[in-house]
Amino acid sequence: MSDHKNLIEIEHLTKSFDDVIAVNDISFSVKQGEIFGFLGPNGAGKTTTINMLTGLSRPDAGRIVVEGLDYSGNPKVAQHLIGTVPDESNLYPELTGFDNLCFCASLYGIRRNERRKRAEELLRAFGLQDAAGRKFSGYSKGMKRKLTIAAGIIHRPPILFLDEPTTGIDVSSARQIRRLISDLNTEGTTIFLTTHYIEEAERLCERIAFIVSGRIIRINTVENLMRQTQGEHVVQFAFQAAADKACEHIVSTFPDLRCQAVPEGIRVESSRPVRVGPLVRFLEDDGIEVMEARKILPTLEDVFVQITGIEPGAMKKEKEKIKMGNNG
Amino acid sequence: MNTWIAFWNILAKDMRSYYLKPPNISWGLLFPLLWIAMFFVRSGLGMDKLPDLLPGLMALSILFGTTSVLSVTVTFEKKSRSFERLLLAPIPLEILMLAKTSGAILFGTINAFVPLFAAMFLIDLSGVSWGFLIPATVLIAISSTFLGLFISVSVKEVFEAQTFSNFFRFPMIFLCGLFFPIAALPMYLRPLSYALPLTYGTDILRGSMTGSNVMPLGSNFLILAVFCVMLFYISLRNINRRWIT
Repeated sequence: MSDHKNLIEIEHLTKSFDDVIAVNDISFSVKQGEIFGFLGPNGAGKTTTINMLTGLSRPDAGRIVVEGLDYSGNPKVAQHLIGTVPDESNLYPELTGFDNLCFCASLYGIRRNERRKRAEELLRAFGLQDAAGRKFSGYSKGMKRKLTIAAGIIHRPPILFLDEPTTGIDVSSARQIRRLISDLNTEGTTIFLTTHYIEEAERLCERIAFIVSGRIIRINTVENLMRQTQGEHVVQFAFQAAADKACEHIVSTFPDLRCQAVPEGIRVESSRPVRVGPLVRFLEDDGIEVMEARKILPTLEDVFVQITGIEPGAMKKEKEKIKMGNNG
Repeated sequence: MNTWIAFWNILAKDMRSYYLKPPNISWGLLFPLLWIAMFFVRSGLGMDKLPDLLPGLMALSILFGTTSVLSVTVTFEKKSRSFERLLLAPIPLEILMLAKTSGAILFGTINAFVPLFAAMFLIDLSGVSWGFLIPATVLIAISSTFLGLFISVSVKEVFEAQTFSNFFRFPMIFLCGLFFPIAALPMYLRPLSYALPLTYGTDILRGSMTGSNVMPLGSNFLILAVFCVMLFYISLRNINRRWIT
């Protein structure tokens, strides 16, 4: 991937809304053929960045170059090169799935026969052929998401922007969508993905940028980001007792350990290997019956927490709440 | 890229989704016919007065037909974010908004011909200057549609679009010389009359039907055209400033 040319180049991009700086002087590039992840909590500036890259928002400062075309002043010159899937499915509720795709194709100047052929091809590829004649308003959330992705690639763009593609949909649909994203990338589409699901980014992306409060705080390959946690040793203890109290006792007795309450019990971290025996005995002396102790391999989530100090669980819940609010 | 493919498909989709829906067709037909019936019942005037009433009826049919549908549909699409689909397409904003408003212009023009068509069976229209009447009807439809566009770009909610439309429509009905000659209005209201596009449109219609226009027809056409261009560009500027933030 490293020898591929840069397809998107962003230089010193800045955007404010009234007194709030939504995106603060960010610079990065996206290589041809990669899946680039843009990760951050709600309100970090992910959607604002996508809006500027797709032409829905005008930057206050900075430069955007897509396939060599500088479109900071006029995004229309490069909009034929990009496909966009917004964070909410925004197709026309009164049109059928097939008509929605044909209409979206017409917006890119595709002729009638070609757009019908392409719409049928995408409906088949996304497993929506049986719902082709149904109105979009009658689709399930997962089906809406899939059709919105299909509409985003109807004109075969070399670059696809996906804003939170799996938020608020069921597990099986999310899985199918991840597979579709992966297939699209294999076929040559460069993908810019924003998500707050860290495991999704870890599974799909080659490079990831962490954005917090409008600033990119880390950008690297998943492999290099994971290297940061090498030397970290994590053991999780499962039990049914007050985890916060247990953590307090452990930290005061074993000062070289870090402890965190998790739903199953506690999670103990150290820069040296964690000796399980003394800890189990200590907990049992404290009246806690330990059900299980297992070594946890560090994940991108741990890297994210280490770098940003933000708990991904809270981030996920907050986003789901917003989504539910919007839908409700 | 063939921009015209996008243009025709936006127009065709809007016609299918909004303007050719049974409630809108019935509104387009019933509204002007009810206005005719109301005038005759209330005024007690005879058929010979119909040519005096027709310009007003046509103008009102256009004004209500265009502003009500366009301002609501654009606000609805903006609110449901499907309008973003159009903004993301590589179509110049001017062409995009012309495509979006063409449906309303057609709808308004057709609405205007409903009372005229009904009148054909009641009175002799051989004295009508069609060369003035048809372009005037289209120009009134364009200016009213662009007024609807201006309204939809100025509001956020669908209900606001309706309320804001009435803010323009009702004063316009009473101040544009439809019911009362502008000369009969109090002095302080007259400048307001001349600031309304419908004043010039109805004057051309009146001139082309009865020859009783107050201002020269050429000036009326010119001023109406200036209104169209002005409203369109103010709307485009507002879209650029408010929707592409």
